[in-house]
Amino acid sequence: MKITVNGETVETGARSLAALLEELGYGGIVVATAVNGDFTPAGRRAEIELKDGDQIEVLAPMQGG
Amino acid sequence: MEVYGTKLASRLLLGTSQYPSPAILADAVEAAGSDVVTVSLRRESGVERAGQGFWSLIRSLGVKVLPNTAGCHTVKEAVATAQMAREVFGTPWIKLEVIGNHDTLQPDPFALVEAAGILSRDGFQVFPYTTDDLIVAERLVEAGCQVLMPWGAPIGSGKGLNNRFALRSMRAHFPDVPLVVDAGIGLPSHAADAMELGYDAVLLNTAVAKAGDPVRMAEAFRHAVEAGRLAFEADPMEPRDMAAPSTPVLGTAFRS
Repeated sequence: MKITVNGETVETGARSLAALLEELGYGGIVVATAVNGDFTPAGRRAEIELKDGDQIEVLAPMQGG
Repeated sequence: MEVYGTKLASRLLLGTSQYPSPAILADAVEAAGSDVVTVSLRRESGVERAGQGFWSLIRSLGVKVLPNTAGCHTVKEAVATAQMAREVFGTPWIKLEVIGNHDTLQPDPFALVEAAGILSRDGFQVFPYTTDDLIVAERLVEAGCQVLMPWGAPIGSGKGLNNRFALRSMRAHFPDVPLVVDAGIGLPSHAADAMELGYDAVLLNTAVAKAGDPVRMAEAFRHAVEAGRLAFEADPMEPRDMAAPSTPVLGTAFRS
């Protein structure tokens, strides 16, 4: 299925958000996630099932004013 | 000063963006004497992992972090970003920005008040980036904000306090709410100006980060903020229109 991660289309077989993050190299690092505009806590990533067309945001700390 | 029950030793809050290097950022924070720095969230690549090194650096500074919702234009975006920031940074503090205009980067006051209410009810301690409008400020306090952060001038403009009258009114109107001038400060004299008006603190970034020598400028701002605060506490004299001799007139020579 095709989903969008940080604005880019990704073809994946990952069934859960946790599996997707592992597949894309986010394993073990500090990120926050949102699915279709809603915050998704880290503790719920394993139970979030992905659907075709989902929009995922993966954010990390960055410089800010 | 104290915000949301937390005592802050420094009245200078510093942004972490646009420095020439991470080492200069670290030195600038130390020179400023700040114990709060602002941070943000951006899209992370699983390959480059740019955010991880930055986060290690910030943690090594031993300062409190105030995450922002910079770049958000709607209530929904701001609320989701705040929730993500709370998880990543492990703090209920959020510098709430909901931008209403691309050119001036001024807050959308209606969305700001709505988002502040939602986040306050959800347990956040909201630091709203707002205009100097008194009624918007009242609504923010009613929504649960225990600190207000009016702009001095548009973000990154370095113009100082564009409307001293409005900022003075806000100070008088909210004697017990911590007030922080956030945005628009370009020079240490602007920061001292805000402190002399009785503001509790200033928050700035570009004025230090984009100086030729950011570390030296950070030190200059530290002195300016301390000087301005001392001046406010010392209760300045009233200005007057006509001259008044400071040297005693009595006993002046050559006068009959």
